[in-house]
Amino acid sequence: MHARADASDTAPNWPDDIFATLERFDVRQVPYVPDAGHSKLIQRVLASSTMRGIPLTTEEEGVALLAGAWTGGQRGVLLMQSSGVGNCINMLSLIPILRFPFLTLVTMRGEWGEFNPWQVPMGSTTQGVLELSGIKVLRASNAAEVPAVLEAAAAQAYNALTPTAVLLSQRLIGAKVFTK
Amino acid sequence: MSKANLLDRRQVVSALLADRKDVVAIGGLGASTNDITAAGDHARNFYLWGGMGGAAMIGLGLALAQPKLPVLVITGDGEMLMGMGSLATIGLQKPSNLSIVVLDNEAYGETGGQTSHTSAAADLVGVARACGIADSRAVTTMAEVEAFAKAVHDLSAGPRFANLKIDSASVERILPSRDGTYIVNRIRGDLGFQPI
Repeated sequence: MHARADASDTAPNWPDDIFATLERFDVRQVPYVPDAGHSKLIQRVLASSTMRGIPLTTEEEGVALLAGAWTGGQRGVLLMQSSGVGNCINMLSLIPILRFPFLTLVTMRGEWGEFNPWQVPMGSTTQGVLELSGIKVLRASNAAEVPAVLEAAAAQAYNALTPTAVLLSQRLIGAKVFTK
Repeated sequence: MSKANLLDRRQVVSALLADRKDVVAIGGLGASTNDITAAGDHARNFYLWGGMGGAAMIGLGLALAQPKLPVLVITGDGEMLMGMGSLATIGLQKPSNLSIVVLDNEAYGETGGQTSHTSAAADLVGVARACGIADSRAVTTMAEVEAFAKAVHDLSAGPRFANLKIDSASVERILPSRDGTYIVNRIRGDLGFQPI
C-alpha cells in the first residue's frame, strides 16, 4: 500500500492552471501514460469536451500520435513521467524531421526525497536525454511558478515550433510515500 | 524467392490506392513506403523513413484530427510488430475512419531478409482483434484486397485491420521524398491548413 504526500496540505491547484493554459492554446489531443503526479490533470482532460485524452501503452506512441495530429491540423501535448522519456528516444527524431509542435509535461521521479532507487537512474538522465534529443527543457519546482512556465512552454512550442519539455519537479508534485 | 500463392505487394498497394479519392495514406518505414510511391506520388502520401513502430500511431493522430477523412496506414510486419501496443491504443479509441494494412512478408526485407516473428508464431490478425479491432481480416486474394479498398471509404465502420501475406521477392526500389517537413506541409496544405 502506498500514498502520495502532497507538497501542500490542500489539494493542489496547479493541475488546473496547466489545464487552463492547454485549453487556451487550443490543445486537442492529450496522449498519456498515467502517472500519479498527472492524475488530476488527466481527470480534467477526460472530462473536457474539447480535449481528447488518449491512454498509451508506451510513451513513444504519443510522439508519433502528435505528428499525425499536427498533420491533420490539431495540437497536442504528451503527458508522462520521467521514466517514459527513455522510452521515447528514437521516436523523438520525428520532431526535427517533420517539424511539428511538440510539448510534453514530465512529472519527475528519482529526485527530491525519492524512496525507490529504481527511479533514480532514469530520473537523473531525463533532462540530458531531452536536451540531447533537441528539446528545450523548462522546470517548475513550486506551484506558484507553474502558470508562467506553462505559458512560456506552450507559447514557444506552438508559436515558434520549439520542441519543449516541462519538468514538473518531485518537489512540486510531492515524493511518493510507501508505507507497509 | 517467389511463391505462387502469395500476393504481389505492388499489385496490392496499387489496388488499395487506385480509387483513393480523399484518402490520406501513410507508409511505414521500409518497403511499404516505396510501394505507396510506386502507386503514384500524391499530396496526401505520408512517407516514413524512420520512427519505426510509429506508422499506426501517426494514422491514429490524423484520423482523430480529421474524422471525415479516410486514413489508411500501409506498413510491414516488422514495423507493425515494433508498434504492436498501438493496436491496443487504437482498439480503445476506435476511430471509425482508420484502416491499417500490413504487408506481411514474414521478414525484415530491408536488412537482409531475416525472418520476423510472423513467420512462425505471431498472428497479427489475432492480435488486432484481441486488442478490440473487431474488423480484423486475413486477406489472401486480390478480390478481398479490392473489397478492403472499398471498405476504407466507409467512415462509419472502422477501425479495420488487414494482414496480407505477400511475396517476399524483392521489387524495384522506387523512393519517395526524404524531406519530412515537405511531406507533412504538403499534406497540411492539401487539407487547407496555412503555414504557421
